[in-house]
Amino acid sequence: MSATAALPESQIGRVWTRFRRHRLALAGAAVVALLLASALFAPVFAPQDPTLLDTALRFRAPFADWAHPLGTDELGRDTLSRLLHGGRVSLTVGLVAMVTTVATGALIGITAGFLGGWIDTLLMRFVDTMLCFPQVFLLLVVAAFVPPTLLSISLVIGLTSWMEVSRIVRAEILHLKEQDFVAAARALGASRARIMFRELLPNAAAPILVAATLKVASAVLMESYISYLGYGVQPPLASWGNMLTNAQGYFDTVPWLAILPGAAITLTVMGFNFLGDGLRDALDPRLRMDP
Amino acid sequence: MAEALLKVAGLEVHFPLRSPFLQRRIGTVRAVDGVDLEVARGETLAIVGESGCGKTTTGKAILRLIDPTGGSIRFGGQEIAQHGTAALAPFRRRMQIVFQDPYASLNPRMTVGSILAAPFEIHRIGQARDRAERVAGLLRTVGLPPEAARRYPHEFSGGQRQRIGIARALALEPELIIGDEPVSALDVSIQAQIINLMKRLQAERGLAYIMISHNLAVVSHVADRVAVMYLGRVVETAPREQLFFNAQHPYTQALLSAVPEPVPGRRRSRQVLQGDVPSPARPPKGCHFHPRCPIAQARCAEEAPASRIIAPGHAVACHMVTP
Repeated sequence: MSATAALPESQIGRVWTRFRRHRLALAGAAVVALLLASALFAPVFAPQDPTLLDTALRFRAPFADWAHPLGTDELGRDTLSRLLHGGRVSLTVGLVAMVTTVATGALIGITAGFLGGWIDTLLMRFVDTMLCFPQVFLLLVVAAFVPPTLLSISLVIGLTSWMEVSRIVRAEILHLKEQDFVAAARALGASRARIMFRELLPNAAAPILVAATLKVASAVLMESYISYLGYGVQPPLASWGNMLTNAQGYFDTVPWLAILPGAAITLTVMGFNFLGDGLRDALDPRLRMDP
Repeated sequence: MAEALLKVAGLEVHFPLRSPFLQRRIGTVRAVDGVDLEVARGETLAIVGESGCGKTTTGKAILRLIDPTGGSIRFGGQEIAQHGTAALAPFRRRMQIVFQDPYASLNPRMTVGSILAAPFEIHRIGQARDRAERVAGLLRTVGLPPEAARRYPHEFSGGQRQRIGIARALALEPELIIGDEPVSALDVSIQAQIINLMKRLQAERGLAYIMISHNLAVVSHVADRVAVMYLGRVVETAPREQLFFNAQHPYTQALLSAVPEPVPGRRRSRQVLQGDVPSPARPPKGCHFHPRCPIAQARCAEEAPASRIIAPGHAVACHMVTP
């Protein structure tokens, strides 16, 4: 008797087959890979120091001169260098915020879903309360009290956007905890923590992965909002959001200063969203989450 | 006979029924309503009954997977019905369960090796390095190759998965295994293999089984004694031969007459019950079976019959049965 049973291809193989059919997701994955590489190697690719001023060379147009392929800004800083380094900042904030969001949301969701009872009621009403406030408003209130550093911005974004993740995880746990393998673990005497984190959490990995991808996109967008409003990443450190702030005074005369960081934000958000959509369809066709 | 391995008396599991919005208690589902059972070491007790009669809930309450609302559970001479998590820990090693659905009872994200190593990790048995050897030993015991440890549950057939479930139940060397319909989800050809495996393990290890089943053909193969449940109560308990050839309770007789006859064309008196099983949220007064009983009298609607012993090992809860 052989131990292999009827399964023509592995689970990963099936997921990849479904993912590959999703053209936009493939494009999204390529864009995300490109952005991550450019952020990682920003110091290598950037033509010069992003904070280097050269007032003799202000408002250079893109493609006009090889020293500054995407032109210069109002202080003569190289736009390409600022975009690359700003991307580094924006993606760092996006990823750290995503990790915070997923960790908080998963912990609260699994606790509420598994323990149930008044703990569940309490946590879910807290989620409802948090969702009552627009996220930008929450961000600005907190940002007014917390000095803006990369870490504090990331944490603040992460801690104001975990609610959807906790709802997704809770719903998944409510379904999973009734399965016999959980009863089997209880019959063996497994502790609650073991059941929650060893038995249940790995089974909720697919929706968490999808939510994580989509959360990077929204965190990048959030960082741009608050940096644009001046509460986020502080000059001279470049981020796509504060590049937009600087550009708004010159929008009628030098539009590319706003268009370039705007396009970078759009590309990143779309890349992560398409990647997330593709992963969702590939991992779990049942699953739907509002962006 | 020394005290039985397991002695259940007056076991009750009542679930509150709550209103949708205010969560007020509006009723009680009497899933298990006063069950008495005894299991000796090394014997097999079968619990039979229709869907919804409370047999699975009884099994889960004995294992304390569901908290009983009343009654006593004595295991190895000790009362465990009210034990908390910590006090139950030593009993977890002595009682185990095999589930009906071999697809839902194994964690799809864990390899068979980690599923089978979990009992040793939870109870801190052995060193991490010799656990692989223990897992291989368990797999050999249930007739699977040791290489199976590296695979995931979805790579196995239903019968193979049920073998893995049995191996997990054996890991802690329990004295009692509760089989909750352990073969009813399997193909008929595979059922016999699993039953024979369980019988072999019983003979080798002196295991006691509680086999929960609605399949009387399976019960007639495995059981030493049989308890028949109807709507949360045990109506008749008897040694296997007694039950199959000398059933006294009218419900047991009806249940036996519903078993398909293996010889085509042969006719027997088929006793068809009228009506449906009442809801356990509103069980009938008196004997739970009286609204459907062919021989019910006025007394049956008023007074619940006590279980009376009419022959050695044969107990019946019916006013109309006289010793």
